[in-house]
Amino acid sequence: MVAKNYMSGLFGRSPITPLQEHMYRVFKGIKHLIPLIEGMIENDNEKIITAQNKITKGEHDADVMKKELRTHLPKGLFMPVDRRDVLDVLLRQDMIANQAKDIAALIVGRNMRLPEEMNVPFLAFTSRCVDTVKQALQTINELDELVETGFRGLEVDRVEEMLSELGSIESETDTMQEDLRNTLFKLEKSLEPVDVIFTYRLIEWVGNVADNAERVGSRLSLMLAR
Amino acid sequence: MMEFLSDTTMVYITLAAVFGIFMAWGIGANDVANAMATSVGSKAITIKQAIILAAIFEFAGAYLAGGQVTKTIRKGIVDLDAFGGNPDLLIWGMLASLLAAGTWLLIASVKGWPVSTTHSIVGAVIGFAAVGVSVDAVSWGKVGTIVMSWIVSPILAGTIAFAVFTSIQKLVINTDNPLNNAKKYGPFYLFLVGFVLALVTIKKGLKHIGINIPEGMEFVYAIGLGILVAILGAILIRRIAFDKKAEKRFHYANVEKIFAVLMIFTASAMAFAHGSNDVANAVGPMAAVISVAESGELASKSSLPPWVLLVGGIGIVIGLATLGYKVMATVGKNITELTPTRGFSAEIAAASTVVLASYTGLPVSTTQTLVGAILGVGLARGIAAIDLRVVGNIFMSWVITLPAGAILSVAFFYLLKGVFS
Repeated sequence: MVAKNYMSGLFGRSPITPLQEHMYRVFKGIKHLIPLIEGMIENDNEKIITAQNKITKGEHDADVMKKELRTHLPKGLFMPVDRRDVLDVLLRQDMIANQAKDIAALIVGRNMRLPEEMNVPFLAFTSRCVDTVKQALQTINELDELVETGFRGLEVDRVEEMLSELGSIESETDTMQEDLRNTLFKLEKSLEPVDVIFTYRLIEWVGNVADNAERVGSRLSLMLAR
Repeated sequence: MMEFLSDTTMVYITLAAVFGIFMAWGIGANDVANAMATSVGSKAITIKQAIILAAIFEFAGAYLAGGQVTKTIRKGIVDLDAFGGNPDLLIWGMLASLLAAGTWLLIASVKGWPVSTTHSIVGAVIGFAAVGVSVDAVSWGKVGTIVMSWIVSPILAGTIAFAVFTSIQKLVINTDNPLNNAKKYGPFYLFLVGFVLALVTIKKGLKHIGINIPEGMEFVYAIGLGILVAILGAILIRRIAFDKKAEKRFHYANVEKIFAVLMIFTASAMAFAHGSNDVANAVGPMAAVISVAESGELASKSSLPPWVLLVGGIGIVIGLATLGYKVMATVGKNITELTPTRGFSAEIAAASTVVLASYTGLPVSTTQTLVGAILGVGLARGIAAIDLRVVGNIFMSWVITLPAGAILSVAFFYLLKGVFS
């Protein structure tokens, strides 16, 4: 007589924990962007390869989580957050990991090195972009608390504060990105043209990491506003 | 001739008792798990604790507060005047109803369909009376009220749950010191639980177990019991060992711990409410058969023998002990993501609504009421994910169950009629 029980089917699986886990895995991969750039500066190929492997592994681990989350998010789910918001956050998080993977592949594939003058500011820029992702991760980690409080009260204030911090770190990276472009522009004439093009691209791609982290945040603020 | 008559009487009574106890067993084996689902699902109490609480309070609910709904099933849905003074029709009909509901529930539980015992039995009683006897044999007005109550009860429970959960958010969760406020307001919620349950029970019941409470005194007793429950809760809260480490990982870990303790009480209330409403599904028809078979006439005045409820209560507990614990374990394992504050809100609402229905003598579906309450909490953005397809299935099940119960009961009715006449 004991077969299935419909009461247990009533509660769908929460998308919150997998979403947080996904972002954690993304961050675990992309934080190796720092040793990657360091390796480039120190001209240490072994360090570069190790970093690339860790970034790729992070991206892969996150993908597993992404697929799991998508299969457990059927349409008829009644959630405190909009399904589209969840999927969009997931997409942005996924883009962070993919971007990092592409950055590593570019550096390894072209055996890229930076012009002397850009070494220090580029590392600082990268590390700030990683900070943006870290801040986004911490904000996403507040989602379970938001669900607990029913998206009201003090917890909302707290998350809003974290989101504005995220925004300000991201705009810092924008300024740094601009400065790097200016430096590169001044050096352009003395460098290989193809290297210049790819160095611009590298700056842009690292900047994309921070951009997507910020978009995770803006989607989160939409969840708050519902 | 006399010899033969008393023989059939014995057969009727035996059959009624067997079918009735089997139904009660089925309720204990299957339905109780649904009523307790939120308690075990939120991990507030262990399966073992849930079984013990359920056994005690299902029994108490059935025995102390099950009388009104039993009366409705027994003689409220059918209009005895339309039976043309033929008591056999009622006996066959009620036996057929038990068989029909039992069969339907057996099919449904094997298939995993969300079918309510209440809907099955009500459909079955309507079926045999309308088709087997005559259309006038059904008190359509009463049936209308019952069907209305099936719509109203989930909505009412949902509204109460929404209000309770919102108040918990305001008073406890969204404050500077949630932990202290949980300690402060928790017992107050318990007072409400105790008060409502006691008031409803004392007002209608207790005479049959020999306790007579003078008019107007029920409030005093209910307040007293409410306070007693609140004090007990406060003592239990004081004994909780708080976990500072868990607090860091999840800011509300200790608040939830308090509500987990408070849920012991709402879980008991749920079991009590379920017992008080659902025991009638088993013993209502059984009582009808026994009283008619014994007296040999359609006496609508005869009162319910107290031992009938006792038998129903025992049947439920046996069902729980033999199979119910397995079902409950499955439910508990599969429900994750439900925290005690949510389960607490849903259970307060569902238990109050069902007890209110028991008081008015309306057979409602405990499961649907609880689902309504859970949706209410969900509307307050309180639950991470509710599968609306399952909700839809649960709410729509009575559309199929009513005719299914009715058709089966008509078939069994003619079968019994053929066998006994």
